[in-house]
Parts: sequence; structure tokens; C-alpha cells
Amino acid sequence: MQFLKTVVLALTLVFATTGERMEGLQVGDKAVDFNLKNVDGKMISLKTNKNAKGYILVFTCNTCPYSVMYEDRIIALHKKYAEQGYPVLAIQPNDPQKSPGDSFENMQVRAKEKGFPFPYVMDETQEVTKTYGATNTPHVYVLNKTTGGDFKIEYIGAIDNNSRNAEAASKRYVEEALDNLIGGGDVPITTTKAIGCTIKWGE
Amino acid sequence: MLLRSNGLMTFLSMKSRSSAYPLTLAWALLLWSALACSPQGEQRLEVVKFDALDELINRDSEQLEVINFWATWCKPCIKELPYFEELHSENESVHVTLVSLDFADEFEKKVVPFVDSRGLSADVLLLDEIDYNAWIDRVDPSWSGAIPATLLINHRTNKRRFVEKELTKEELESIISELTN
Repeated sequence: MQFLKTVVLALTLVFATTGERMEGLQVGDKAVDFNLKNVDGKMISLKTNKNAKGYILVFTCNTCPYSVMYEDRIIALHKKYAEQGYPVLAIQPNDPQKSPGDSFENMQVRAKEKGFPFPYVMDETQEVTKTYGATNTPHVYVLNKTTGGDFKIEYIGAIDNNSRNAEAASKRYVEEALDNLIGGGDVPITTTKAIGCTIKWGE
Repeated sequence: MLLRSNGLMTFLSMKSRSSAYPLTLAWALLLWSALACSPQGEQRLEVVKFDALDELINRDSEQLEVINFWATWCKPCIKELPYFEELHSENESVHVTLVSLDFADEFEKKVVPFVDSRGLSADVLLLDEIDYNAWIDRVDPSWSGAIPATLLINHRTNKRRFVEKELTKEELESIISELTN
């Protein structure tokens, strides 16, 4: 037991000092499937949409001002790419005890208000968020279907480089990733960072 | 740039309102500018670019550098702000900077009134750099970009800590003592 503790401590120190993403899935990894409840009460997994060639997986919520600022852009992404086989799947990662505005009922209200044309599912146990290593909202994972039928992570990060003004963005990372995937090429920028709200973890 | 010495500003505006005494006004101005130049009497409250932050991170100082990233829209940030303000007013060996990630065009409308209403006296710099991906790693490579986040640097020993979460008063104090001892 003592030995284990030492190992864990040593590993923690190593990770804390190297400054790399400590946990969670990386670009190139297989996207772990899940089964989460959508605002319409139905369960959703990566297999639910049989026509999907991939997904724009977005960890987002009701309460983060950055998420709210990006809502219209997320809807626009879905409208542009769903018909090409890459729909949006939005996951709400926050614990509703910690962030009551993100309760399932409030998700239903928000989805209706904005007319979300994509599923908005609740990660009740926060296990999916932990597995993917999402750290803030909004946090995007672009997935692409492999010949084996699994989904591979091709991009992790921000939607674009201007949260304030979509028109002023000089880099549209997610669109760039998708355009390249659809064109059969490689994704030029595979990871980016952006300012956002922390995930509100349950006790 | 806005350099402020609150007491004096009040004094100054009082004087100018009742002012039939241009000399008094001139004296007050002189006194105010003198105080504004002294390190204790001034508060930096301004919009900056990344180089200003870079300067803080890499400067040569005896003081422990504490740089807290926050925004007026960020609830957990606002919750921990009083601990940083207290640190600033009670510990002279620590230099606290509150880096606001609000939008630059909302500085006068949101940030300045917030600083006033909360009575913040620590330096407040609004970082006007919207292309986040271009500088987040320069603060710390482990930072995902979520706020609140805090960078603490002992310039003497080059020891630094980066924390990406809401801190309690005790956690902040324990990191400070760990870095100063």
C-alpha cells in the first residue's frame, strides 16, 4: 500500500511538472462510446445515428457565457455539416447540484428556446467528460468513422479563434478539420486551447 | 492607462467642486501625481496586451508574484477574489495582479464598475488578446484555458505553481507559504 502511494505520488509529480494534458483521450485515440439521456428522454450513443460518418462532439452547458456566445455557431456548424455526415452531438458535463442552471430540466428549456437541431445529452455521472478529458466549456472533439466502424478523435479544442465575434475569427479550427476530413485529407491543426468555464464537478 | 489613488481623487473632486482656489487645485494635482508615482499608492487598472503580462512573469523582483486569471462573468472567480484582495492588502512581500479576461470593449462598462463596487485595490489588468490559443501555453503549458486559474512565481528561486481551479483561502495561503519557504 505504501509502495502504491509512493508510485502514485511520483506519477503525480511527473505529470504536474511536464505540463502535458494529464488525462483523457488524445487526438488519434478511439472515441469511447457512451449512452446518455437526450433532452427528449431518449438514450443516445455514437451508434444511434446510423448515417454518421463522424461527429462534432461539443461539451457545452447552459450557464457558461462562452457556451452561450458559441450557441449560434454550434447550430450553424450542425446545419452545415450534418448533411455531409458530421452532425453535432452536445454533451452537458456539469453537475446540476453544483450548477443548478445546468439541470436536465433547464437543458430541456434551453434546447427548446434555441431550437437545437441536434441531441443535447446529460453526462449525469460525469464519467464521459472524465474519460474524454474535457476541461472547459465549450470544448470540441471532432470524430471520424474508421473503416472498422469505430470513431477516431481527429481534433480537440476550440471552435474558432474569436469568441467575441464569429465574423472576425481568422481561424475556424473545427470547420478546417471537417473540410479536410471530408476532402480525404489530414487535419492541419489538431489541438487548440481557449478560455472557457471550468467543468463543475460533483462532490 | 488609469492610475488611481482613491482617497486623493475624492479629495481632488471635493476641492474642485468648491474651487475658487486654483492654487489649492494645483497643489492637489501635484500631490496626487507624486502619490500616483509611488509604488504603494497606485492601482493599475488598464487594458493591456500579452507583453505586459510577460513582463510580470519574467520580471526581477523580491516580491512573490501572484497572477490570478478571472472575469466578471465567472462565478467561481468572483468567489475567490476576496482572498487575493486580502493577500494584496495584508502582505507586502506579495505582488497581486488580477488579470481580467473580460472583453476589452467592456472594460469601462463592466470591469471598472465591478472593481469600484467591490473596492478592489490590487492591480487589475484586462488582457486584450482574443486569439487565446496564441498565448495560453505561454502562461503555462498545463493550462487548458478554464478559469479561475492562478500563477504564482518566486522570482528569487524560480519556483512556480500553476493552479487551474477555484482556490480556498487555506489553499492559497498554503501555496504562498510553500513558495516563500
